[in-house]
Amino acid sequence: MRTIRFLLQKEFRQIFRNKSILLLVMVMPVIQLIVLPLAANYEVRNINIAVIDNDHSSYSQQLISKITASGYFRLTGYDYSFKDALHHIEADKADLVLEIPHGFERNLVRENSQQLFIAVNAINGTKANLGGAYLGSIIRDYNDDIRLRLTSQAKFNQVPVIQITSSNWFNVQLNYRIFMVPGILAILVTMIGGFLTALNIVKEKEVGTIEQINVTPIKKHHFILGKLIPFWILGNVVFTLGLGVAWAVYGIVPQGSLALLYCFTAIYLLAVLGFGLLISTYCDTQQQAMFIMFFFMMIFILMGGLFTPIDSMPDWAKTVSRFNPLSYLIEVMRMIILKGSGFRDITRQLITIGVFALILNSWAILNYKKTS
Amino acid sequence: MEALQIQHISKHYNGKTAVNDVSFSVSKGEIFGLIGPDGAGKTTILRVLTTLLLPDRGSATVDGLDVVNDYKQIRNRIGYMPGRFSLYPDLSIEENLNFFATVFNTTVEENYHLIKDIYVQIEPFKKRRAGKLSGGMKQKLALCCALIHKPVVLFLDEPTTGVDPVSRKEFWEMLKQLKQQQITIVVSTPYMDEANLCDRIALIQNGKLLSVDTPENITGSYPDTLYAIKAGNMHHLLKLLSTWDAVLSSHAFGEFAHVSFTNSNINEAEVISHLQQQGLENIDLKKITATIEDSFINLLNN
Repeated sequence: MRTIRFLLQKEFRQIFRNKSILLLVMVMPVIQLIVLPLAANYEVRNINIAVIDNDHSSYSQQLISKITASGYFRLTGYDYSFKDALHHIEADKADLVLEIPHGFERNLVRENSQQLFIAVNAINGTKANLGGAYLGSIIRDYNDDIRLRLTSQAKFNQVPVIQITSSNWFNVQLNYRIFMVPGILAILVTMIGGFLTALNIVKEKEVGTIEQINVTPIKKHHFILGKLIPFWILGNVVFTLGLGVAWAVYGIVPQGSLALLYCFTAIYLLAVLGFGLLISTYCDTQQQAMFIMFFFMMIFILMGGLFTPIDSMPDWAKTVSRFNPLSYLIEVMRMIILKGSGFRDITRQLITIGVFALILNSWAILNYKKTS
Repeated sequence: MEALQIQHISKHYNGKTAVNDVSFSVSKGEIFGLIGPDGAGKTTILRVLTTLLLPDRGSATVDGLDVVNDYKQIRNRIGYMPGRFSLYPDLSIEENLNFFATVFNTTVEENYHLIKDIYVQIEPFKKRRAGKLSGGMKQKLALCCALIHKPVVLFLDEPTTGVDPVSRKEFWEMLKQLKQQQITIVVSTPYMDEANLCDRIALIQNGKLLSVDTPENITGSYPDTLYAIKAGNMHHLLKLLSTWDAVLSSHAFGEFAHVSFTNSNINEAEVISHLQQQGLENIDLKKITATIEDSFINLLNN
């Protein structure tokens, strides 16, 4: 016990003397949590649209003003031919082209039907998709308006219409920030825990202090625990800071039990630290450790279900993401914070992460040899 | 009583032999030197003895304990100072010392008498971080940390490499004092002149032991009569000696050439007159006793 106490004392001294690391641990999560959710916006605004109005009627004017008034679109071109409009797309000045045919108003009134043409610049997939969808719904809306105006009341009622009303559970206003913040916090906790541990033991190897430690009677598990505990505490501090920012800046208060959230994070941190340790036992320099850790972090983050839902991935990717500890944290964070899930709901994830922690740490201890 | 014993130790790295069938033993309270050029295998031997490296073949005991099976007990009884400074650079002198005392389950006070003479020299800087110390001070701190748990055997890997001549001298003085405390010291060094400061030495080259003996016996067993020759034109002299068939061996040693002849009873006057005939002037010739370096070169040539 005494040995562990002194190992911890030494480790904390070193951490508190390394001002830049300390700053990184404390300031990075706060800044990233404030900046990233604001920037990582799923809602697409300021879509540039070029319109070719061949009709010049009051109806076409109404449609155009309805589009620009929605707030999503910016009219950047008012052309006379599709060719001109295409130039706008080529010059990246327009994302969408809407062509209103000649006789739009007349045909709509007389023949009860008319067609519009939309061309989408699909280089930026998200923008194109959403822009197309927004435009589609605006036109549909406009269409309903016209039908209401043109069709007699009685006749209109005869048309069977299915009214769809949806309500968003757990995130009533579909606020993407409420959805993103827990996920980003999960990534931050993982990065700080994983990187710090991986680099720490390798640093001892690089500086040569590990030689001196290896000839002492310090036991393997004492040494590993001496490394794990400080970073485990740091991880929890970062997590607490992050929750504080989520509450103070975004007003996100966990719906579920805070104790359960900490309990899961505690076990999760053990798994991530174990992973960092494991990497450090295979590396000789901080550079190697850094790149290997980066490799895994990229996979963890991009396949963790934060940016793209795991359910929509192909089967092989789903299998891979089952071995991704981060995906469990993101999932559980959202479940507890947004949905208020209880212990029973996250038992499966809790057990899985527990197994991860056990395997990774045992592997790291086995692989850390004092004798070569 | 033997403090440590090595029997037929061999170690290979990726097919390259680092140490080949080395055997020797060190008595208690001895300063034992492992002398050899860089890459001779000194560090490998020390790492086997400090239980950091498993030998491919052979066995070794330290203080009667086997380095493979009883490594845990050995680690309690030895002190090791690696060739590279390997204390925590971000901890102060005091903190490093306390840390290493603690991991050996002892305190600085308990064994302060062992390190007192060395520690007082660095004590004024005890709040300074180890990384900010000068080379000599780092060395002293490393020695203190290796001694703080009162080891039975102290292993020093090239402790004087890269240290200035004055500090080197001081360092050997410290080792002599430690010897008084009945600590066995195994020290490796590439400097031949430090060999004479050891009680016994092992000469190593390419992983093989050339000789293990006291420095006096090694130089005493130099087989030939050795002469030191100096002349006005040294370059010419050396060239001449290397082609002369009466010469057995000749090497440049500072301002002299150390020469032995095939005929060990050669007349000094004859040698001088031969050299003068070849156009050399200011010839100075004297009989000398061999140094460790002479013996080393001689052993290498055989």
